[in-house]
This record gives sequence, C-alpha cells and structure tokens, in this order.
Amino acid sequence: MKAIGTSAGIALGKVLVYKEAEIKIEKKTIDDLEGEIERLDTAIEQGIKELENLYEETLENIGEEEAEIFNAHKMMIQDPEYIDGIKGKIKEEKVNVEWALKEVTDQYVSLFENIDDEYLRERALDLKDISQRLIRILYGIEGNDLRNIKEESIIVAEDLVPSDTAQMDKDKVIGIVTELGGRTSHTSIMARSLEIPAVAGVKDITNIAKNGDFMIVDGSKGIVLINPSQDEVEFYQREKEKYEEFKQQTRQMKGKESISKDGVKVEIAANIGTPKDVDNVIENDGEGVGLYRTEFLYMDNDRLPTEDEQFEAYKVVAERLEGKPIVIRTLDVGGDKDIPYLELPKEMNPFLGYRAIRLCLDRRDIFKTQLRALLRASAYGNIKIMFPMISNIQEVREAKRILEEAKEELRKENIPFNEDIEVGIMVEIPSVAIHSDIFAREVDFFSIGTNDLIQYTLAVDRGNQEISHLYNQYDPAVLRLIKMTIDNGHKAGIWVGMCGEAAGDEKLIPVLLGMGLDEFSMNPASILKARYIISNTSKKEVEGMLDEILSLPTAEDVERYIDENIIGK
Amino acid sequence: MVKQEVTLTNETGLHARPASLFVKEASKFTADITVEKDGKEYNAKSIMGVLSMGAAKGDTITIKAEGSDAEEAVEALAKLIKDNFNE
Repeated sequence: MKAIGTSAGIALGKVLVYKEAEIKIEKKTIDDLEGEIERLDTAIEQGIKELENLYEETLENIGEEEAEIFNAHKMMIQDPEYIDGIKGKIKEEKVNVEWALKEVTDQYVSLFENIDDEYLRERALDLKDISQRLIRILYGIEGNDLRNIKEESIIVAEDLVPSDTAQMDKDKVIGIVTELGGRTSHTSIMARSLEIPAVAGVKDITNIAKNGDFMIVDGSKGIVLINPSQDEVEFYQREKEKYEEFKQQTRQMKGKESISKDGVKVEIAANIGTPKDVDNVIENDGEGVGLYRTEFLYMDNDRLPTEDEQFEAYKVVAERLEGKPIVIRTLDVGGDKDIPYLELPKEMNPFLGYRAIRLCLDRRDIFKTQLRALLRASAYGNIKIMFPMISNIQEVREAKRILEEAKEELRKENIPFNEDIEVGIMVEIPSVAIHSDIFAREVDFFSIGTNDLIQYTLAVDRGNQEISHLYNQYDPAVLRLIKMTIDNGHKAGIWVGMCGEAAGDEKLIPVLLGMGLDEFSMNPASILKARYIISNTSKKEVEGMLDEILSLPTAEDVERYIDENIIGK
Repeated sequence: MVKQEVTLTNETGLHARPASLFVKEASKFTADITVEKDGKEYNAKSIMGVLSMGAAKGDTITIKAEGSDAEEAVEALAKLIKDNFNE
C-alpha cells in the first residue's frame, strides 16, 4: 500500500492494532441540575490535574514542543464558551452532563473539521481528546493506553491523540501507521521528533491489518506491506541498515563546518523555491541559500507580483537566515516554465528562445520592479543577485546598468539597501564557460547551472525521454567546461559555486571539491550527506586525479573511474 | 462600549500561537470582550470562540469591550494584532 511517508526510516515488526475503547453515552433526564453541573466542575478539576501531570511527564520524556500541547488542552478544558455551552445544555434540556458534553463537543468538532484548514482539523482532534478525558473521568473508567506494550510493535491506529503519544512506551513502538493525518499532523510531528518511522493516510488499515501480522513500514517512501515475501523482507532489511548508517553519518555532521580531510573549507548551501523552504534549510543545517528561484511568485498568480509582495518574500528569507548568504536569481521563465498571463509566444525551440534574462531585458518594467524589491530586501540580510541565461557580455552590462538605475531611484527615495550588494551570473550556456576569463571581470561570482549547461553542451533536451540516455553529468566535455569556469573565476579573484543537480551528486562532489568549487548548492535534504562526503575527501588527492579524469573518453569511463578510485577507497 | 476595527496582517491570522496569545491577553482584563467578524460575535476570552471565527490574514475584525478596563483591553488587543503578534 502506498500513502504519505511522514517520518523517515524503515521498520519491520509485528502489528499492534490500537483502538480507543468505545464508550456508549446514553441520554438521561436529570432533576438535580445543580448536582449535574457540580459533577462537570469536579471532572474539569480532575482533568486539569491530569493534564498538568502529563505536561510535566512529557516535558521530561519528550520535549517542550510536545508538552506545550497539554497546556493548550488545559486552556480548552477551561474554555468559557465550551463549558458554558455544556452547562447551558444541561439546564435547558435537563440532560445528563455526559450527553451535553458529547453534543457540544460534536458541534465544535464538525465546525472545525468542515473548515478547509489543517490547523483547525488538528484542533478537532485535541477537542476529541479532552472530551474523551472528561467522559472517562465522569464514568470512572481507566484509560486504554500505550504504556504497557509487551514487545516491539508497529502501532496501527485511526490516529493517535497527544495523550496516547505522550504516554506511549517509545522503546517498544518501532513504527506507526495511521488512517488519518498528513505531514503536519500531531502524530507525524511527534514521530519525527522521536525518529520513529511513520506512514499516514492508509485507508482502512485498522481493519486490514490484524494483531500479530508481520509488517514493513517505509516512512521515507510512504510504503506499508502486510505479511511480505521473504525477498521483500530481505530487501527492506538492507534498506534499513543503509538508512541507519546514513542517519548516523549525517547526525554527526550537524552544526559542523564543511571542511575536507585536508582542511579546505567550502560552503554547502540549499536551493529553495519559496520562503517556506527556509524551514528545511535550517533543519538540515544549510550554510546559506545558493539558489532562490523567484518564479513561484510569478507562477502562483494570475498577474505580476507587485514590488511590495516580492519585497516581503525576499525579506522573510533574508531575516530568517540571519546573515547567511542568499543568492537570489532574477526571473527565469520561458523554456519549460510558462506564465499564462505574460502570453509568451509559442516557439519551435523554447529552450533557445525568448526566456529568462532575454525576456527581462526586453520587459524592463518587470525586471526593474524585481530589482527594486531585491535591493530593498538587501537591507535585511546577506542577499546577492544572480542573472540567469546569460550568453554574452552585453547582457551582463545591460542588466547591471538597470540595477544601477534601480539603486539610484532608491537613493533618491531615501530607501535603504546594501550599496555593496554582490552581483553574479549563472554559467549555464557553453559560450560563458568558454569565455569565463572575460566574464569574471564583470561580476562578483559565478554559479554553474549544470542542468542547462549539460543540455546546451550536449544538445540534449532534458525533458525528452527518447534521448534521456544522452544526458549525462559525468560527460568529460561538461566536466572540462566546469573546470575551466572554476579556474577562470579563481584567476580573477571571484568565488565560484554550483546550483545544479550535479552539486548534490554523491559521486561528483569529490571531483568538484578537487576542482576547487567554493560553494555547493543543493536540495536541503542532501546537505548533511554532502558535508559527510566532503569531510572524508582530500581535495589534494582528487586534484591529482583531475588530468586523468578529464582525459577519459566517455561519461561511463568517468563514472567508473570515480567508483574505483574515489568512492570505493 | 469601546470598539476598534483592525486588520490582521500576520501570516497565520488568528490561528495557532496568535490565537492563544490573543485569548491569554484578553483574559487579563475583567471587561467583557468580544470580537466581531462578518456580523457574528465571538468571545475573545475563549480559544474555541476565537478559533471558530477562523480569521485569516487580510480579514478585518472589530474588538469590542464593556467594563471598567474596557479601554485598556481594546488598546492592548489591537496593539497585539498591529505588532503581528511579534511573529
């Protein structure tokens, strides 16, 4: 079965189906209304005590963020609107407190569940949790809990509420599979913080899986297998070992600098597409952002984003990264990325056509607005500007001239910005790599965009399945262009980074380090692994192999050479 | 009665942490405080009330208070919103 992987890792073990005991609530007519209301007040008092204990317990065993949930529950259980609603119902309808509680709770739950908002749906779960607690107290029933699990188990449930997870025996729970929830649901957040593999959104699993079934949970891919074959068990055993080794390697890399075995420091940064992605950068200890794609501002809209809207999006990232470098790429549309409202003409060869900087230099209004927003945001952090799809020197000069105009406007308007903002270009067209000694005089940095550089160098459309075998990042001609760009950048005294897929490729990282690449920018999830590879590679050693690598005839030869002489060692 | 209209400018609106900060702040006052959105009134001291209002970024709400410290209450709550809940 395939669903949503919410906490990475792999678990193999026995199933324990966990269902909350159903308590049947009967409606009764009550004469002593005061007495009934008193029963509610006593139950609330008892509930508050329990929640305070749970808070302390969780704070000690799990952490503050988890414990905070019980503070929120304490607020809900005393909520005037909620409690007055229950009391009002008791008085008006002369019913028992349990019935009134159930009715009022159901009202709120359906209210919260019907609003299209994940946060409110989570609160519906909290509300069910506290009303269960009150009902249990009122009936004097012991709670069903995950405290005494006898053997290591994979818990299968509709969903888990905070009280379940707080009391759960964490050493015995090796995996969690739920019918409800998503990446941000309580169970998922808790599973991630306890590093328990988890999958959510598995329909009807509490009926499909039986106690004692053997199950495999792959929380990275969102896969659940019940009573798997011997082959599958062996495959996932190996995957589990691999994952655990990876986790151990990367864990020790958190908070460390990225330094090679022979003491060369580099920067490992992240590629991001929206301000939200900053969470991932911080979580994976990125040293900055090497590529902030700004297209989302234009694509998730039915009109051009205003200067203020852009400014806010850039400023948030700048502030949250607290002075770490952020390379922001100006609008890169056209080619495979269309913006309907710009009504770009259909072209025979869109990748060689009207796109990126070519469009921006033509539509100055769009370009200038973005440059002003970028400059304004530069007052709030370490922002650098990068132009995409540069193919000749005139384009760089023209783009810089428009940037100067924007600066002049802001000066006149007394709006602060970083006067010394760094300006760089993407090296993704072979002409720039070949001519990079001259380009280096015009800019403060290069960032090699390998995805397009490979496509343009090898004349392979990277979206065409028929010829995808021709697209290869180990191609010696591509590697020569990369080496040439790095060398020319360094000769002119500027830094050189890379923001294409190749920068996060496990096999190419050592080679790029050997070539002297200063900055590696990649998917945030690859950062710690890359740091591990760098810290285990000697730059000098690989540098000595470069002549040989760059003289190899084919991409296959290059890959084999790396496997045998660098990775395998 | 004291009242003031404010527009939510923080990202989350009156959800999550902002909602709980809002209720905590309101509970410091003795005045009866309500929040009005789209013609409906909600109890400002109730987390359930505030949450069920479902106010998001860009929504305008009216804070109303009645009682001895009504003025301070409205002022404090409006300030909390204008400061974006110190997000």
